[in-house]
Amino acid sequence: MQTRREMLAHGATVAGLLVSAGLLPQTALAAWPEAAFQAKTVADAAKALGGGAPAASGDVTITGPDIAENGAVVPVGAATTLPGVKKLLLLVEKNPSVLAAVFNVTDAVEANFNTRVKMGQSSNVYAVAMMADGKVLFAQKEIKVTLGGCGG
Amino acid sequence: MTKQRFTLATAAVLALAATGAAWAQKSTADGIAEYRKMLEDGNPAELFEAKGAELWVTKRGPKNVSLAQCDLGKGPGVVKGAFVELPRYFADTKRVEDLEARLVSCMEMLQGFNAAEIAKTPFGRGEMANVTALATWIAAESRGLRFNLPQGHAEEQRSYEIGKRAFFYRGGPMDFSCASCHGVDGQRIRMQDLPNLTRNPGDGIGFAAWPAYRVSNGQMWSMQLRLNDCFRQQRFPYPGFGSEATVALGTYMGVNAQGAESIAPAIKR
Amino acid sequence: MADPMRIRAQAAGDKTTVRVLMSHEMETGLRKDSAGKPIPAWFIQEVTAAHNGKEVMTAQWGPSVAKNPFMQFTVKGAKAGDKITIGWVDNKGDKRSDEATVS
Repeated sequence: MQTRREMLAHGATVAGLLVSAGLLPQTALAAWPEAAFQAKTVADAAKALGGGAPAASGDVTITGPDIAENGAVVPVGAATTLPGVKKLLLLVEKNPSVLAAVFNVTDAVEANFNTRVKMGQSSNVYAVAMMADGKVLFAQKEIKVTLGGCGG
Repeated sequence: MTKQRFTLATAAVLALAATGAAWAQKSTADGIAEYRKMLEDGNPAELFEAKGAELWVTKRGPKNVSLAQCDLGKGPGVVKGAFVELPRYFADTKRVEDLEARLVSCMEMLQGFNAAEIAKTPFGRGEMANVTALATWIAAESRGLRFNLPQGHAEEQRSYEIGKRAFFYRGGPMDFSCASCHGVDGQRIRMQDLPNLTRNPGDGIGFAAWPAYRVSNGQMWSMQLRLNDCFRQQRFPYPGFGSEATVALGTYMGVNAQGAESIAPAIKR
Repeated sequence: MADPMRIRAQAAGDKTTVRVLMSHEMETGLRKDSAGKPIPAWFIQEVTAAHNGKEVMTAQWGPSVAKNPFMQFTVKGAKAGDKITIGWVDNKGDKRSDEATVS
């Protein structure tokens, strides 16, 4: 049985071949932080993205329901009012892919993003703010899932 | 004397425990209601609505004609308000049709598609997927309106009566009927409340909540698919697409839902 | 080419809330089909947003994002009539770009 790591590596090899064959846009690969998306903890994901050790902060907000009827679609949001934020991340602690999304903040948008994630089981969900000075701040919330959303 | 006091005490403890359980249940139900509300904005059903809207005006099929002249019961091309008056009798096909059966009739009559072929196509594939998208859009065009199925024609009344009998018909290896789950108030399967479909279950509930996007499988479910899956859950053989039985069940539920507000296309677990 | 996105951009004061619905399977690569074979990972990796042609946001996504993803964010300084463009690229190199006018 192929592990996910092997599958992704295989995919990357194939993709690499396709890029050299001129069949895949380079940007599709270059910008995607694979190490961060393979991280198993908030700390590892932040480190892979160039940040320091995460610290809990009341200035970062994680929004989401207390209970999700179905883990296949769970609305979550990450926000902060602090100036100088470069990235806002959303992570699902117990998912096989812990890091769900990275939003790169510019001056033209508010540091407030909402999306929907899949959750395989009840888990802590994290909103992480990566600041310009390297600080990494997070907030967490437990979201209960009545029916896991990753199965076939 | 002691026995009486013991019984009273036990009753009191049980009553408290029951209240406690009811309390816990209420907050879970509230939590789920909050979750559903959070998903209302940005229902992926909109993706199917957009597709349906486009299909309606696109020239397609062997005759290369659009569906713009399709009569959904309120006159050729009239879409607004049509959904809440279906199923109904159509003189040109001489039968009572629900939205999807009517769409397939129009696709055959106007565009030259083969209705039998479409009916055999699995849900989510080929032209059947297009029927679902069209049904989603047509339902959306009646969102907020109240069900008002016509029952003036003898065939419409007959459809209602057949639907009622089908609803209470027990069969299959489990001896289920639709009524087993949907015949009384207050039933529930796991976390989902089961609406009583023998009467008006309220705005946006039951018949008034389909087509719906199901988050659990990311699929757009039309009423025909919903009924198909009910049959499956009862361990009945699969019904024919747009068959008299399925249309009649729609008539029964739709007439019972008279006055209920449609929220279709909705979002479901 | 993939199905179009649904983009709604509403201005309120000097801020515009943008809501996007994308049509995508977002397959994790961990599921197996009925024959037991793994279904390959297929998910949006890059999302970009532009306001009147100027890039205002980028995002990187992984397979934990839900199927038919929804996204909401707020653009500063956009007003009615401005154009918002959203684009995505997935791990197969498939892409999609759609535009909406701020109302």
